[in-house]
Amino acid sequence: MTRKALLLFFLLSNFVLPAGAQENLLDQLKSESKADSDWKSPTSTFKAVRLINGHTVETRRKGNLEFLISHRFGRVNTGAYQFFGMDQANMRLGLDYSLEDWLTLGIGRNSFNKLYDGFVKIGIHRQGQSKTNLPISIIWVSNTSINTLRRPELPMNLERRLRYSHQMLLASKLNQLAAIQLMPTYVHQNLVSERSGENGLFALGAGASYRVTRSIHVTMEYYHRFTNENNGSTNPLSFGVDIETGGHVFQLHLTNSQQMTETGFLPSTTGDFFKGDIHFGFNITRNFQLTKPD
Amino acid sequence: MKNIILTIICLLTLATARAQDYKTETGEVVFFSSAPVEDIKAENNAVTGLFNTETGSLAFLVPIKAFRFPKSLMQEHFNEKFMESEKYPEATFDGKLSGYSQSETGSQDAHAEGKLTIHGVTVDYGISGTLLIDDDQIKMEAVFPVKLEDHNIQIPSVLFYNIAEEVEVTANFVFEEIKK
Repeated sequence: MTRKALLLFFLLSNFVLPAGAQENLLDQLKSESKADSDWKSPTSTFKAVRLINGHTVETRRKGNLEFLISHRFGRVNTGAYQFFGMDQANMRLGLDYSLEDWLTLGIGRNSFNKLYDGFVKIGIHRQGQSKTNLPISIIWVSNTSINTLRRPELPMNLERRLRYSHQMLLASKLNQLAAIQLMPTYVHQNLVSERSGENGLFALGAGASYRVTRSIHVTMEYYHRFTNENNGSTNPLSFGVDIETGGHVFQLHLTNSQQMTETGFLPSTTGDFFKGDIHFGFNITRNFQLTKPD
Repeated sequence: MKNIILTIICLLTLATARAQDYKTETGEVVFFSSAPVEDIKAENNAVTGLFNTETGSLAFLVPIKAFRFPKSLMQEHFNEKFMESEKYPEATFDGKLSGYSQSETGSQDAHAEGKLTIHGVTVDYGISGTLLIDDDQIKMEAVFPVKLEDHNIQIPSVLFYNIAEEVEVTANFVFEEIKK
């Protein structure tokens, strides 16, 4: 009896096991494969480092320099005399450099208010890249801007020229097509326009991006400001299209805001989008890889 | 008599167990695209493969996200626009190696026939390469062209990168014997 059992065992091991191992080499590899097929860890959440006016959770990898040229024209409802806003251009030139995959520093110069801005963008968590598999990316952005406009009527010392903003960006790529982002934000202005004005301002932003084709995405961005002030400022609302062409991203948009830094467009947007106070604008980015990737 | 049969079967079983499986987890696949504006080369050192010397069965699996490019943005575009690696996370080959001698110890020519699946599209390939059988290692090397069109890999019309419609793929595997 034991012999028969032994015999059966060897026969089985002879035919069943090797046959299984031989026929399905690929299946065997697939079962051991670590390649992930779902959205645990997307290669990118948004196409560009800016959503429209504000930042996205996207940063370039270590050693990448991004050159940004941004324009906001005048209001389209200024009519044919102003060529629908094209006569008034407000420009920002910026450089973003990624020291590490998780650390980006940036500087910019805006023609509006002759403003210089600098920011630090720190990656806290990337979607799916931890043991918890948290499906959101978290980024911190702190921004400082210096208004260098000469104002003869007001003695402008350095303190009066400074504004700060701090943001926590929370984004999730939902699937192959859509991504959403929330942006709790605090802005501090050292100098406000009225004596009764508040220096601090809280806002909550929301943004989204949707893939239309492999290279074209539509985007929107809205910031709701929590303020009791009635000084004519409005909540920034923008709609855009991102066209990606390799080393460039072309972002075209319509926005009620004329400024391009958080310290500007959050406290000082005055346009009413639905009354036609819309600015056409664009961001063009050019990427340079300065050091070899690891 | 029964004992003899049992002994023979046992010996046969041992012999089959020796029909050797070889494995690699650090196979290298390089692709090279030569175009007028820019030559692009990407390397992948995370290819897994299995090879059975008895049957000649050969399979390998290429995790697409593991390709490394000279520019990180290129890598992103390769994954998102060309290979759609979220949808098709791996490329695979499933086939048979023939035309070689197991006893030959020097470098020899061999031919692989099988199904290569890239971007979810399976195409029959015949790939010629060289084979080197060592004591406990088998080295394989092959260079073959892959047409993007064959695998339904489309080049987005607005992309400024210049990518060849046919890329050259170099595979370089060192299989180690699986110790039983």
